[in-house]
This record gives sequence, structure tokens and C-alpha cells, in this order.
Amino acid sequence: MRIEQKVTVDAPRHLVWDYVTEPANYPVFIEGLTRWEVAGDRHTGLGARYRMLLRVGAADVGGLIEIVEWQPEGDMAWSSVTGVDQRGRWRLRELADGRTRVTFRFAYGVAGGGLAGLIAERVAAPGLSRRFHHSLLNLKRAVETRRESASVA
Amino acid sequence: MPESGAGTAARTGKGQSQNGGDPREPRAGGFGRPSLLRRFFDEIQNRLTADLDDRDPDFIRENLSLSWLIASIWFRGEVRNMEHIPENGPVLLVGNHSGGTVTPDTIVFTLAFNTYFGVERRFYQLAHNLVLTSPVGPYLRRFGTVAASHENARKALASGAAVLVYPGGDWEVNRPTWEANRIDFAGRRGFVKLALDAGVPIVPVVSVGGQETAIFLTHGERLAKLLRLDKLLRLKTLPVNLSLPWIVNVGDFLGHLPLPAKITVQVMEPIDLRERYGPDPDRNRIYEDITAMMQDQLTELAAERRLPVLG
Repeated sequence: MRIEQKVTVDAPRHLVWDYVTEPANYPVFIEGLTRWEVAGDRHTGLGARYRMLLRVGAADVGGLIEIVEWQPEGDMAWSSVTGVDQRGRWRLRELADGRTRVTFRFAYGVAGGGLAGLIAERVAAPGLSRRFHHSLLNLKRAVETRRESASVA
Repeated sequence: MPESGAGTAARTGKGQSQNGGDPREPRAGGFGRPSLLRRFFDEIQNRLTADLDDRDPDFIRENLSLSWLIASIWFRGEVRNMEHIPENGPVLLVGNHSGGTVTPDTIVFTLAFNTYFGVERRFYQLAHNLVLTSPVGPYLRRFGTVAASHENARKALASGAAVLVYPGGDWEVNRPTWEANRIDFAGRRGFVKLALDAGVPIVPVVSVGGQETAIFLTHGERLAKLLRLDKLLRLKTLPVNLSLPWIVNVGDFLGHLPLPAKITVQVMEPIDLRERYGPDPDRNRIYEDITAMMQDQLTELAAERRLPVLG
């Protein structure tokens, strides 16, 4: 199952990139995150690992994830190492007016889950989609506030 | 795990057979194959043998979706404070048990454990013999369910696993509905000895809602004794409840369709028994303390509920 959410942030791309690549920000702007910690020595960048859990229905779902793609100020993608299969991506594109188009993609599932797996993925999708939508709005607010603070300073 | 390997060999007939050689050899008695009755009892015995290797992480992972659907949609499960369970190492999780033979607290909690820590962490659940000899027994074994015995639990803890035990077991799950918010381990103190012997912490796990999945009327102790079920099947009860689709359900052997009661599970803080009670602790005091602690927690959880079933 794949979920995609988009938002346009009124801030330059590097500010958005700095925000989404800082692991300390995730518990602040991702809704429903019940656990988030850096696993290992790398804080950020390619190969950095995080232990994460997201409340979905009756369970905290997630596991260990690893950054597998890192294009500065462009794309950052991750994939699960343990837990529910997941792949995610931040995709940042600069618009002509200097704003930034942010695309968030999240694909998840359980290989071998059969019919119950297919149903569970679909049942979970609306709640996850709504949550990511709110998370992107949180991201937009946070980055735009930073931009404004930077302009005032 | 040499014990486990031996268990597998015995069950599958590989390696040394009971009659000393080729497992295809006829047994003494000379009919060329064991009698149906003998095979039945062998199968029962095999199902009760703890084999920790039967737990299959891939199988668990592939079946979590079904557990998640049941726990999320039917029981609206909510598990609180999983972070109280130590991140690593052996631990004895001690829970109260509800819901007759359909135990929603187990479904909700095992799902939470497996998603929170990942299926990679070894996690075993101790269950009544009857559960493991039932048609769902082989399925549950792959989930990490083993027959409730001190020996099985000791092996599991020695392997570094987390072990879930319901001391009240078959007694507590059938307590009458009007005692739904009562911890009732029936004086079974084995879990205290187990934790002390293994030197592992106890984490109490208290759940509410399971006893609202049917109307439980009686334990049926007298009936069970009369039918000698306590001797034959380790069953001290022959419970009677009102449930779907049977309406009047005697024994609950075939289970029932549980009402969609909201299940809330509270994981309490870990207790290091020797740290709290000293090097030579009084087991009775520990038992009384832990059950009192769990009772307080259950009373709190019950007070949060506004309506039966709806939660």
C-alpha cells in the first residue's frame, strides 16, 4: 500500500531539507509517533538508522529503518531493516517563486500476509493518510516559522 | 538449545525412536503400526512437549495482520506503557486472564509485544494443556505458546526470552461476570518461585474488558469434579456462560463469538524481586504484594470504563 501527501512550504529548499533531515524534529512534527530514536553512531545521512514506532490501531507498528538514499536538498529515502516492511521518501523541489514543493511517500505492507494482510493495509490507510497530512502541515508551520524568525533576525 | 532439538527429533521420529532404532519398525505388540489410541496419546504428549524452536518469527510476522485486524477493529485494543518492559533479556510477564477460552487480552497483548519489540525478540506464552491439544495448538506453538509448566518456563527464561504467564489460567478466565474486575490467581504462587529461581524481573500486565465478551455465570467446580475433569484434563472447572452462538454454553470447549468489548491493557513497572524483597524473600509476601498491586491497577482501569462492552 502506498500513501502520498504533498504540501507547499513558503521557504527555501535548504530550510526544509535541514528540518526533515534532523532526527530530533520527528517526534515534534510526525503525528502518532510513539517511539523515535537514533540507533547506532550515525546521527543523519546515508546509512543512519532509527528505531521508530507509529501508533496504528491497536499496536505500535514500525521497527528499525535505515536511510538508503541521500541527495542533499532533494531526496531522502529510507527502508525498513526489521519490523513491518516500509519504504519512505522525502522529495523536495524548488518552485519558480522560491517556495518548496514537499512530497512525502510511504509504502508499507507485510510480505506473506495473505488476504488479512491486504485487508489490514487498506483498513490502516485512511488513518495513516490523515496523520501524514497533518504531519506535513506541522512541517510547513515549523519551517515557515523558522524562516520568519530568520528574516526578523 | 539442545533440549529443544531433542524434542523435535522425538516428535518427528527422526533420530533415536522410542523402540530403539528405525522409526518404521513395528512396536512391540506386533500389529505393524501403533494403535490409534496410542498414536492419539503420543500426539497429545508431543503437543505438550516444550520445544522452543517451534516458535517461528516469519510465521508470526505474516500473521500479525490478522491479529491486528481482530485487536484493532473487534476489540479496539489499547496497550499502555510497553516501555516498562525491559528492552533486553529474560523477563516474566504476569497477567490477569479473562474471556473464557477466547482470551482477547492475549490476542491484544501478544500483538503489542511482537510489534513493539519486533518478532526477532523471543517471546513465549504459557498456556493450559487443553489449549495446546486443541486444533489451534499447532498454530499457537508457532506463535511461541508452550504448555504451562515450571520446566517449560524455566527453559524459555534460560534461553533469554520474555515469558508471559497467566497464573489464574483456566480458573480466572471463567470467573463470573460480577467478579470481572477482580484479580483471582486462586492462590497459584508458582510464578514467584519461577522468577526467583530464574533471577528475572516480574512485569505485571493488567487488562480489563475481556470478561465483558460474554456473560459468565459460574466456574462449575462441582461439575468438573463430578466428571473427574480435574484428574483427566487438569481442568478444575466446567464453566457455564451465556454467549453467541450457543446462548447457553457449557464448558466453552468450542469457544464462542466474543462480544466486541474494548480491551485495555496496562503494563506496570518491572519488579526486581531480590532488590525489593532481599536475598531470601518471603514468597507469600511477594504473591500478596503483586496481586494487590495488580488489583489496584485493575480497579483504576475499571473505573475508567463508562459502559460495559463499549468501554
